[in-house]
Amino acid sequence: MLLALAVAVLVLVPVVVTFSSFAHVEGDILAHLTEFVLPELVANTLWLVVGVAVGVTVLGVSLAWLVAMCDFPGRRLFDWALLLPLALPAYVTAFVAIGLLDFTGPLQTWLREGWGITGLPEIRSRGGVVLVMSLALYPYVYLIAKNAFATQGAIALEAAQSLGLSRTRGFFRVALPMARPWIAAGLMLALMETLADFGTMAIFNYDTFTTAIYKAWYSLFSLPAAAQLASILILFVLVAVVFEQRSRMQMRYSAVGRNAATRRIRLSPGRAALAFLYAAIVLAVAFLIPIVQLALWTREIWATDLDARYWSFTWHSLLLSGLGALLVVAVSLLLAYAGRLRPANAMLWTQRLATLGYAFPGAVLAVGLYIPVAALDNWLIDSGRAWFGFEGTEVLKGTLLVMLAAYLVRFLAVGFGPIDSGLQRITRSVDEAARNLGLGPGGLLARVHLPMLRASLLTAATLTFVDIMKEMPITLMTRPFGWDTLAVRVFEMTSEGEWERAALPSLAIVVAGIIPIILLTWRGSRDAH
Amino acid sequence: MAELVLDSVSQSYGRRQIIADLSFTLPEGTIGCLLGPSGCGKTTALRCISGFEAIQSGEIRIGGEIVSRPGWMLPAEKRRVGMVFQDYALFPHLTVTGNVGFGLRGESRATQQARIEELLDLVGLSGQAGQYPHQLSGGQQQRVALARALAPRPRLILMDEPFSNLDVELRERLSLEVRDILRREATTALIVTHDQHEAFALADWVGVMHEGRIQQWATPYDLYHEPANRFVADFVGQGTLLTGEVINDHQVEIELGVLNGHIPVECDASGCDECVRSCHVDVLLRPDDIVHDDDSLLLAEVENKAFRGAEFLYTLKLPSGQRALSLVPSHHNHAIGEKIGIKLAVDHVVAFRRD
Repeated sequence: MLLALAVAVLVLVPVVVTFSSFAHVEGDILAHLTEFVLPELVANTLWLVVGVAVGVTVLGVSLAWLVAMCDFPGRRLFDWALLLPLALPAYVTAFVAIGLLDFTGPLQTWLREGWGITGLPEIRSRGGVVLVMSLALYPYVYLIAKNAFATQGAIALEAAQSLGLSRTRGFFRVALPMARPWIAAGLMLALMETLADFGTMAIFNYDTFTTAIYKAWYSLFSLPAAAQLASILILFVLVAVVFEQRSRMQMRYSAVGRNAATRRIRLSPGRAALAFLYAAIVLAVAFLIPIVQLALWTREIWATDLDARYWSFTWHSLLLSGLGALLVVAVSLLLAYAGRLRPANAMLWTQRLATLGYAFPGAVLAVGLYIPVAALDNWLIDSGRAWFGFEGTEVLKGTLLVMLAAYLVRFLAVGFGPIDSGLQRITRSVDEAARNLGLGPGGLLARVHLPMLRASLLTAATLTFVDIMKEMPITLMTRPFGWDTLAVRVFEMTSEGEWERAALPSLAIVVAGIIPIILLTWRGSRDAH
Repeated sequence: MAELVLDSVSQSYGRRQIIADLSFTLPEGTIGCLLGPSGCGKTTALRCISGFEAIQSGEIRIGGEIVSRPGWMLPAEKRRVGMVFQDYALFPHLTVTGNVGFGLRGESRATQQARIEELLDLVGLSGQAGQYPHQLSGGQQQRVALARALAPRPRLILMDEPFSNLDVELRERLSLEVRDILRREATTALIVTHDQHEAFALADWVGVMHEGRIQQWATPYDLYHEPANRFVADFVGQGTLLTGEVINDHQVEIELGVLNGHIPVECDASGCDECVRSCHVDVLLRPDDIVHDDDSLLLAEVENKAFRGAEFLYTLKLPSGQRALSLVPSHHNHAIGEKIGIKLAVDHVVAFRRD
């Protein structure tokens, strides 16, 4: 219980800190912000959110429908392959898109020189950002909508057909409305990622709150300004959180029907070809082309670029991800256990609060946790100097502490989910059976729970590991001096427009990111049997 | 193996009393059954005995040793009470052998192995020793759960709705098998169920529970033929209650005639109002208490009929409008609405005073 409360407090700290920043207003900076920065930030953010919402819904729902309810060549392959874009961080898709489609990129050059075609739409634009983000984030909607269609759609559709509706009309009148809470939940996750995104926005030079926070931090050196911007971003995020939680409640209530053997719609050859083409194009644009391009760029530069520094980037990435994953899994396990031992309402709320950190953009967490730690640091240094003659400028600030705390808050939900549902799958009677057979609480954990939770723990650790590996803003803003990771390297190379040199670390991150997708697909298909 | 005694045990959850003043004695080596509708407190009683719920008054003794009293209970893991759960609660990460051997400790490996083999042989699963629970059928899982509970030679075995997850046919076969297994291990066992056929097939002693109380603790035969109150009469077996008047201490008159035998209701028919009212009773008639006789002058209208293969169960409407059930050999096929001749064949009288 105490631990659960501690984690919940850790989640609340950044919120309180960022909002309390309005207590110390630096007049000129605030005036500058409200006059020149804020209007553009808000407009940019709204455009982005609306655009991505439309993009991921259209892509995600249409693909989910095709894969879940229709039959066309390659459907089984697309079923899992369409999830692969999850392995590409949006910032990687972003710089590959710019590298390919920019004025100086191969496509425009070829069109211009070979055919004299000019005047293609500029990729570094609002449309470009929306397109890239949609391609990177549609799998959230796709995955959850596909499950909704596959589990509940079939029976309801059959009922609709028996009442005289065609399958197409049945889709719009029954399956789609029924799946609405699921789609909304997936959409909100995608929008949270959009609001949290830093890397893509930096690459596109598209100013949103995350990039503004970063600039306030590094260019204006104004922590209060960063914190004030962060607090406004939190407001946006909270709206998304409220919608997401509401959708989840509705999901629970409208979860009807068992998993029926779906009889898929047989598409005519022409339509089947169209369906195949559509899915293939999305997969190619969102995953295959970027991967091939990354590989090509890597081949160009790796002889000159791959040196000893890379081992240190990789080592830092692995170490941070490993430590973070370990921390997240340990805390998740304790938190889930506390809930099992004391399934009270207060406990449930504490758990929910503690796992709310997934909604907070990394940039917000970096600011919100750095400020109190810096304050604590100053106090420690002052008292250390007064009492022990301590000489130095930082105690905690320059350590991994802030970073790991931020990772813990941001990714606790990622680890907690699989562990908690794994624990809930173990029925109480299993505990009681073990106790009847003479096992005490310690033996119960060691001989029954841990072996039964092995798969869940592995899933939690892998997912967290990969998420931390991809993570950019927290790592960038709170790392100790000299702690460059693969993601930091990507940021540095892309901010100088050196796409080729950013390809090598990106490829490493993507390879790591494919692992959990394979794991998830494999477990999903195993659970189905 | 040991005797189980519950001595006026009460347990409440918040303000709601779940079991009240529960007392019974299950002799060593016998099989007992708590029978009752869902929500009657029978599962809670089981959990009190197994050590997962505390009790607020009374005491529970196993083999003479107190295991629960108000404010104290012996931890479940120290009670040596085996339990078979409704969902079996097998350990999915262990094989059949691993599950059965789970509770065996402090003995040599060879002894453990011998015990496991003995039990697998007993439940007829020697061929499945290396399989995992998900590879077994429901009936096989049930038997593994029983073997697992029996392995450490517990003083007492508890079973919570052990057959409710199985289909009807398997349920009947398995309940007989389980009784054989329990007998051969000479285990004291207490089973909770809502199915009276199961209770009758398995148990030496049956306790009918209702609203947290034992209504009657008796052998299945006595329970059916001499129910202690209306609830037991209604819950156990089929039958209807017909109004009647007590004539004297061995005669009671109902619509269909006078029944002779011991009358379990005391009645003074000497004339005072109070006394006469005490002579109004309801008499229990089981379907086998009324037989069909074409020559009988007593007629009743067939209101409903259910074909059971060897016989029909007729619902009869008596001239007064009261209803009675009758089991009739199935070659007597009468139409609904037809009037048929009946006569009484009551062995002994069961009557309850009308309030």
